[in-house]
Amino acid sequence: MKNINIVINNNELSVPEGTTVLEASRNVGVDIPTLCHLELPDFGIVNKVASCRVCVVEIEGRGALSPSCAEKVYEGMVVKTDSLKAINARRSNLELLLSNHPFECLTCQKNLDCELQSLAEKLNIREIHAKGIKMDYPIDTSSNSIIKDPNKCVMCRRCETMCNEVQTVGVLSAIKRGFDVVVAPAFNLDMVDTSCTYCGQCVAVCPTAALTERNDTSRVWRALSREREHVVVQVAPAVRVAIGEMFGLEPGTISTGKLVTALRRLGFNAVFDTNFGADLTIMEEARELVHRIENNGTLPMLTSCCPAWVKFFEHQFPELLDVPSTCKSPQTMLGAIAKTYYAEKMDLNVKNLKVVSIMPCVAKKAESARPELSKEDELHVDFVLSTREFGHMIKEAGIDFTSLEDGKFDNILGESTGAGAIFGTTGGVIEAATRTAYELITGENLEKIEFEQLRGLEGIREATVSIGDLDLKIGIAHGLGNARKLLEDIKAGKANYHAIEIMACPGGCIGGGGQPYHHGDQNVIKKRQAAIYEIDKATPRRKSHENEMVLKLYDDYLGEPYGKKAHSLLHTCYVPAEKI
Amino acid sequence: MSNVNLNISELDRDLLNELDIYIEATVDPNGSLINILHKAQLIFGYLPHNLQLYISRKVGVDAARVNGVVSFYSYFTEKKTGKNVISLCMGTACYVKGSEKVLHKLLKTLDVQKNEVTEDKLFTVRDVRCIGACGLAPIMTVGEKVYGHVKEDMVEGILNQYRGEE
Repeated sequence: MKNINIVINNNELSVPEGTTVLEASRNVGVDIPTLCHLELPDFGIVNKVASCRVCVVEIEGRGALSPSCAEKVYEGMVVKTDSLKAINARRSNLELLLSNHPFECLTCQKNLDCELQSLAEKLNIREIHAKGIKMDYPIDTSSNSIIKDPNKCVMCRRCETMCNEVQTVGVLSAIKRGFDVVVAPAFNLDMVDTSCTYCGQCVAVCPTAALTERNDTSRVWRALSREREHVVVQVAPAVRVAIGEMFGLEPGTISTGKLVTALRRLGFNAVFDTNFGADLTIMEEARELVHRIENNGTLPMLTSCCPAWVKFFEHQFPELLDVPSTCKSPQTMLGAIAKTYYAEKMDLNVKNLKVVSIMPCVAKKAESARPELSKEDELHVDFVLSTREFGHMIKEAGIDFTSLEDGKFDNILGESTGAGAIFGTTGGVIEAATRTAYELITGENLEKIEFEQLRGLEGIREATVSIGDLDLKIGIAHGLGNARKLLEDIKAGKANYHAIEIMACPGGCIGGGGQPYHHGDQNVIKKRQAAIYEIDKATPRRKSHENEMVLKLYDDYLGEPYGKKAHSLLHTCYVPAEKI
Repeated sequence: MSNVNLNISELDRDLLNELDIYIEATVDPNGSLINILHKAQLIFGYLPHNLQLYISRKVGVDAARVNGVVSFYSYFTEKKTGKNVISLCMGTACYVKGSEKVLHKLLKTLDVQKNEVTEDKLFTVRDVRCIGACGLAPIMTVGEKVYGHVKEDMVEGILNQYRGEE
């Protein structure tokens, strides 16, 4: 590639053609502030709309300042990023954004985690010179997952990019224009009346608190304080490799033991592991797959652990409802077992038993409220907290997370295998299923447990795994836009997979909408993924069907895997829905 | 939002057929959204929410995007209009030549608010931004017909031309 010679702040440098001024400036130790800009190229996430004008710089020979994020270098370009004119312009642009922003930082959910707030500090804003009208829009609290507060929107368009380009859900758009413009669903509908999947990727990238998860911490505190209530908690696989970030630990730090201790200190009566639910899911799902293959059932079979993915196909592909597995997700399977098997064992009144889930996800909140995920009017899961909310509870309780000793999950619904652990990353569910399906079909011991061909971060992957006489064709997609491509192929009869794993979030649950904010750094998600595979490696048992407590559950209570009782408790149905 | 009617079956079947014929003859409907919306507004007189949803599904563009386009351009209207839509230019040239006085005269004569429909269902008055004929300022259009150099005392006469039709 051709190199281009430019000058930035009197530093001569040579950079590849196509480089932006923003990128080039980093080579000479210049840190130009940005706001709307977002780039996680390995996950196909790019927002380069140059709408905020916070990164403007001077380019010699031009009257107007240019946004460095969108401006590409050319031969002989002379850039000034630190002239008074550039500094003042950046500050004025930010002041204009702030002039219309609610000043409630102290009580805002994003306090100290807000990119607009950090930018105000970075640009040394001490006074807002522009005084103007403030927006006054109603806050959308219609859904169980996402709160939308248009008054805090800075029109960076990141959420639109996620919703439309990356996820292809197509719910959010700029509506109206000028001062009246808002990012909203069509006709300013409430989120609950749209085909929003609640994947929460809009929340994951929102620089302010215009989009946040519904805060359920008070509900959980109240449940914990009620004497008569027996409150149990479960933790999803991806939480343990991310929660440390809330306390200054490196992304990918494995904090399983500390997290269990923190939960006990918060007062939960029992601490369960969603990885147990994941192993249980594999017992059902691997058998369902084998059953479909052996009985000429509908193929491919798609995974159904991800509630955003479930909502996506209900709205966008209602004609394909027989394709996904009927298995409930690990969190609701574990909830269902807690409120039956565990309640019976402990002689608890189900009415007084509450199940709390700590999830890397905001869609899990909406999932837990789905009426079919219940037994005799008792929801399997009562409250769902995101990784972030859990972190806030730990802080609130005054627990010094980093100095905690390691604790252990309760044995009964807490034992898990490495197969359950890898549910947290793209490729993990299908790898776990393959480990079990292999032994189910061949009756032989699987020697090489790691299926490298199923791992990675490409948006769509495919692999063929030889299982005895069968060449099992597997597809994997993460990000709903990639899922859509696979689904279109299935609809057109072009795809001949046996099984497909889909996770709505880029990277899988490790990149979930409820995780600590990555603030545009894709390495955060990659480090979490590496940690997930480390956990798998370090776990003594690595196949779901070798989980002794899961096997005991079948012996004591459920009977045959994929049998009648398992069906009534662990399987679900899907509902066609409109696309709006 | 309770005031959003998304019931497509309430749309006039004959008018929809006319729109369908247009869309089906369009080479790239997905890339011709604005043209299709123009046609739809010409046929229906306005672009109610259920019509936008219908177009969204027919053309394969997300409803949020369709609504974004409709709500961006002042040419498009989501509200029902009178039989004759009067557009009065409030661009700079027309404004300094007195278009605001003409607007007030119109609203007073018709006893109606901006963007609303007169009781006899004959008129809707809208103010629009520059329509690119500043030499004729102040300028007013009724449907497709253009009136230049409009003054307050001409309003009654122009309106009568349309009242006579009924």
